[in-house]
Amino acid sequence: MSVYTLQALYADDDHLVKAVKETRNKEHHISEIYTPFPVHGLDKAAGLKETRIAIAAFLYGLVGFGVAVWMMNFMMIEDWPRNIGGKPSFTFFQNVPAFVPIMFELTVFFAAHLMVITFYMRSKIWPFKEAENPDPRTTDDHFVMEVEADKDNIQKVAEFLHSTGAKEVDLKR
Amino acid sequence: MSHYEAPVRKPLITGDKVYKDVTEDIVRPIEGRANKKWWIVFSIALVAFLWGLGCIIYTVSTGIGTWGLNNTIEWAWDITNFVWWVGIGHAGTLISAVLLLFRQRWRMAINRSAEAMTIFAVVQAGLFPIIHMGRPWLAYWVLPIPNQFGSLWVNFNSPLLWDVFAISTYLSVSLVFWYTGLLPDFAMIRDRAKKPFQKHIYSILSFGWSGKMKDWQRFEEVSLVLAGLATPLVLSVHTIVSFDFATSVVPGWHSTIFPPYFVAGAIFSGFAMVQTLLIIMRKVSNLENYITINHIELMNKVILVTGGIVGVAYITEFFIAWYTGSPYENYTYLSFGEATGAYWWAFWALILCNMIVPLTLWVKKFRRNIIWTFIVSIIINIGMWFERFDIIVLDLNKGRTPSSWAMFSPTFVDVGIFVGTIGFFFVLFLLYSRSFPVIAQAEVKSILKLSGDRYKKMREQYGDDVQLYSLPEQQPLPDFEKLIEELEEKNEEVKNEQGELIEALLLKIGQASNENADDLKRLSGVSPTLENKLNQLGIYTYQQISKMSDKEFNILNRLIDAFPTSKSKFWSGEANILNQI
Repeated sequence: MSVYTLQALYADDDHLVKAVKETRNKEHHISEIYTPFPVHGLDKAAGLKETRIAIAAFLYGLVGFGVAVWMMNFMMIEDWPRNIGGKPSFTFFQNVPAFVPIMFELTVFFAAHLMVITFYMRSKIWPFKEAENPDPRTTDDHFVMEVEADKDNIQKVAEFLHSTGAKEVDLKR
Repeated sequence: MSHYEAPVRKPLITGDKVYKDVTEDIVRPIEGRANKKWWIVFSIALVAFLWGLGCIIYTVSTGIGTWGLNNTIEWAWDITNFVWWVGIGHAGTLISAVLLLFRQRWRMAINRSAEAMTIFAVVQAGLFPIIHMGRPWLAYWVLPIPNQFGSLWVNFNSPLLWDVFAISTYLSVSLVFWYTGLLPDFAMIRDRAKKPFQKHIYSILSFGWSGKMKDWQRFEEVSLVLAGLATPLVLSVHTIVSFDFATSVVPGWHSTIFPPYFVAGAIFSGFAMVQTLLIIMRKVSNLENYITINHIELMNKVILVTGGIVGVAYITEFFIAWYTGSPYENYTYLSFGEATGAYWWAFWALILCNMIVPLTLWVKKFRRNIIWTFIVSIIINIGMWFERFDIIVLDLNKGRTPSSWAMFSPTFVDVGIFVGTIGFFFVLFLLYSRSFPVIAQAEVKSILKLSGDRYKKMREQYGDDVQLYSLPEQQPLPDFEKLIEELEEKNEEVKNEQGELIEALLLKIGQASNENADDLKRLSGVSPTLENKLNQLGIYTYQQISKMSDKEFNILNRLIDAFPTSKSKFWSGEANILNQI
């Protein structure tokens, strides 16, 4: 049995959130929602899991910190120790105060950039990517909820979506 | 769902706006044509920029001797301008990051432009150290890369190198923060664009942003984490800039007060520059309903606080010079004196511009006066330039040996490069204001119901739980049976077409079945899912694959989503070998 997708268009965010809640109560499956701006409380209403990208950022930060420590230890202590202005370079421990600023900067550098790259990859956005929003109005002031329905069910689900006050209900092609 | 905000808070978006109006207002400058005034200002900025470029070329081709530097004052306008620009570059990230962490909603009207200002200002700042190197083509020597001197590494003990890391991290993180926020706004312009060229450009710029719910969730989390990272970053960058001075032994520079004093000064000057730019922009681009007088007053309050910190720092320096009895401090500040020495005028310019004039902002009437705010913001920009000039030139010009006392006078090249960077900055900002959405529309829309005057009034009138929307006029439901029939017909056609393709394919490479299937996963780039898909088409063995040519791979590329074309070119060779084993 093939599954079809219905697209319900709303003209307001509060209205959308209300409709999302009703749809979930009826146990219809919402496959995607397109909104022009981050709608407060939508992720909870639609039952999205929390994103773990912040944890990833923390780990990337640790990587950056590690890289900074390794790099400065190798360059200033192991490979070519130099006495500059009497700042002791015999051991990492003695020289570490001078390394703190760059340790911090590289931590931030790695955490920020790798997190953003992860975001782009996970959300599949990059230059020359084709946009996937079904209606150009969804980046302006309209909202589209996509609901999946079986072939036999389709009229019923469509009528339900109509009853939630959707401005337009259409079949995804 | 209620969008409650305390009624005592003044609306951040005035003019009875709904979502559609926000879109219209923000794209108007982009979709419209530039007027005559824009072209005049742009031409002036461009001329200044070109003059600066000429001076830079003259400096690089002739040498740093073209500047007014001498043996005593070996650092002057270049480093003054560098610190000045970096300082200006701070308000942008401060507005975005710190105010986001504190959930200050008024940031949303101004963060985009402030971040743009940050990036453009840091670009100007970065120019100065590179030009001052004398041989800018060797600028890469500041990077820790293996080199021809037996890998003589860069000196990680030097604050100048810390600067390299700090500024480049700051610039790149600010850029990414800014750009990620721009994606939904570019998507909005893309979906409105009528001319194909414009649509194409904004389609590339928007990275195919579609506004899916998971994307928005990640977007908000990424913004929050970036803000959390950028906040200490802002503080660290100007702290490190102040280390350029504070870690030296020059009296007047060797001072623990420098990091907080520099950071406060940076925010102070940055907000002043934001005021200068936005007061003009809101007028030119008709954005008075988004950047309201309340926004201007709030920024004036930040200026007042940071200006106060800077003022206290000035006073502290003099107090400590007297109180400690340190001869060096005494020498710098009191006996020969910044205030009474040869550069007294520069010192008093600083005090007047940074301490006295901003005091007027304590008066509410002045704080809410747009013209006065504009004048004050210009004065602060001048004052902050003098602050850096005073720190650098005044502390150097009278050393402990009177024979080395000297004055500094800039040449036309010094002035030219400085004016050139101002021109460059405005060239970038003017181009930005005509091609970028200058207000983060997605964010503004997300607070419209909370802080828009239209909705605030509705709540005031009908209570906090009033429904803030009217039900739309509903379109009748389409005939789904017919739609499905059409869709199925189309799918059938595609399937038939695919069937023909597969038939032709199998005719060339031969039939096979599941019984004599090979492990296709051993071919490069074949995942279990891809193997499954190939099996569904009737491709099971190495022998079949080894017979394929480009034509067959093209057919597979059409039939299979995300077919790895870069890998498949190796398949027939690999399959040949695997077949022989």
